[in-house]
Amino acid sequence: MRNWSRFLIGATLSVLLALGLTRFVGNEYFFFATYVVLQFIVLATAWNILGGYGGYVNFGASAFFAVGAYCAVALTQSYALALPLQILAAALVTGLLGFAVGALTLRLRGIYFSIATVAVAVICETVIMNWSFVGGARGTTVLQPAAPAFFSSYTRLLFFVMALLALLAVAFARFVETSWIGRGLRAIRDNEEAAESVGVPTLKLKLFAATASGALMGAAGAPFALYMNFIEPTSAFSLNYSVSALAMPLIGGSANWLGPVIGAILLAGTQQIVTVTISSELNVLIVGLLLVVFVVAAPHGILGLWHKLVARGGQRP
Amino acid sequence: MSLELLVEAVVSGILLGGFYAAVSLGLSVAFGLLDVPHIAHPTLLVVGAYATYALAQLGIDPIAAGFMLMPAFFVIGVGLYRFYHALFERRGGDIALRGLAFFFGIAFIIEVVLILVFGVDQRLVEAAYIGSSVQLAGLQMPSRMLIAFALAGLLTLLLSTYLSRTFTGRAIKAVAQDQTALALMGADPVRIKQSAFGIATATCAIAGALLIIVGPVEPGMGRLYIGGTFCVAVLAGLGSMKGTLLAGLILGITESLVLTSLGTSWAPAVSFGLLLVVLAIRPSGLFGR
Repeated sequence: MRNWSRFLIGATLSVLLALGLTRFVGNEYFFFATYVVLQFIVLATAWNILGGYGGYVNFGASAFFAVGAYCAVALTQSYALALPLQILAAALVTGLLGFAVGALTLRLRGIYFSIATVAVAVICETVIMNWSFVGGARGTTVLQPAAPAFFSSYTRLLFFVMALLALLAVAFARFVETSWIGRGLRAIRDNEEAAESVGVPTLKLKLFAATASGALMGAAGAPFALYMNFIEPTSAFSLNYSVSALAMPLIGGSANWLGPVIGAILLAGTQQIVTVTISSELNVLIVGLLLVVFVVAAPHGILGLWHKLVARGGQRP
Repeated sequence: MSLELLVEAVVSGILLGGFYAAVSLGLSVAFGLLDVPHIAHPTLLVVGAYATYALAQLGIDPIAAGFMLMPAFFVIGVGLYRFYHALFERRGGDIALRGLAFFFGIAFIIEVVLILVFGVDQRLVEAAYIGSSVQLAGLQMPSRMLIAFALAGLLTLLLSTYLSRTFTGRAIKAVAQDQTALALMGADPVRIKQSAFGIATATCAIAGALLIIVGPVEPGMGRLYIGGTFCVAVLAGLGSMKGTLLAGLILGITESLVLTSLGTSWAPAVSFGLLLVVLAIRPSGLFGR
């Protein structure tokens, strides 16, 4: 209980901090860049619910992200829905998509599941490419509405919304991790047959994790078109989202809710700095190198390294 | 669809299918027989294509260049497998996740190196047979696709003969079935797997040459072939060389029919849709072991 109250205090402070930042930071680019980092926190945290806890490696995070984004675009085009409703609708649709992907886990394990998720991503991309209502392959422009009175620009509003989403995602992941759901998922990851035979409802848990993970990823993508003022399939379905969603928890440490957050801040932060200062090709190289280095040298991520260090320090007299 | 159009689509599908089989044979060995989640395979194809390009600049025929590159690729494959084995197979743990992440990382690094060396522009090679076409039974067939088809057939024949007739080949098949049993017979499973992975990588040299003969290449192209190659390898039933050729043909014909009836924009979904259907209905593949 004490842990939860500490977490709640931290969360409240973060919301106030985010709100304060939108008032007092003058540099517009700050919000533009931080939005991306926050978006990756949501994406990585969502991925970790199925991939980190449950051990089912989703390689199609970009599908959920982009379908969420396009869902919002389609709704804006037809009904001019408000942003929170867009996010909710996107989460609903990608939650369903997640449920469908979860149903795949009935028969597929390990790398076969991962390949199937890649397939889902490409099929979704092809459908969007051929859907002229949302712009097809050429993409479509989405104009930001006027910012509400409290925020001096729409990007600031989006930044605040994404900060709330990130908090929600992290709180949810933390809840899953500490509850019986998390224990069940970990049991599935370690040995699915054994878990099943001692009475863990494996199918229910997998479907739940896949649905929740998908819905959060879709929510992360929903404001994307408004943020960019434009959307087209190739960039929305970019492999970068799929790989980052998996690389960030791996780098941070996938056993704990804090791992994806650390990984996202580190990787997305570095990428934002590198894109501005050097080049975007270097981004790809950084992701590649970090993936290889961490998988090889620190299989349990930064948190794993940290625990090792603490354990060693504790042994000293 | 008129009959004439249908025949044309099927014929060009068969040729395309041969090409798909050729680029997937290596993966059939690496993933199908050895269970290595080799997602960097398509990127190695692109490396093969660029190496062919570099040799072609010196005036060497692209196909000859592909064959010349095979030994070097064999060595690269052996090195890559040793690295992978030392890091993952010996340590154990969650291979699906960490192995995939590892090969994805490798693929990204290779991609950037290619960009740094050759630039982001598309590259192509020139040879007498690349632009020409052959008139056969009233059908116009591009010679480059005929060459791809012929080489795919040749490679399949060579590989399946090698796997069923030679000692190492049989040992490779054995290691796929039961590693412990092979070790008890006195063969070193790691050394066998290492040469198998070397062979798998060596096919990337020729397949890469085909890649640049069939069309221009660019560094990020490997990503596009992840779906196709894995589709063929899974459809083939993991590790069957003749199955790989047949699976390639199935993919090629399906894609070609979709192309003629629905248009090019739906083509990418074909390989992946087929893959999903296969995975959902028969994960062990059509011609499985």
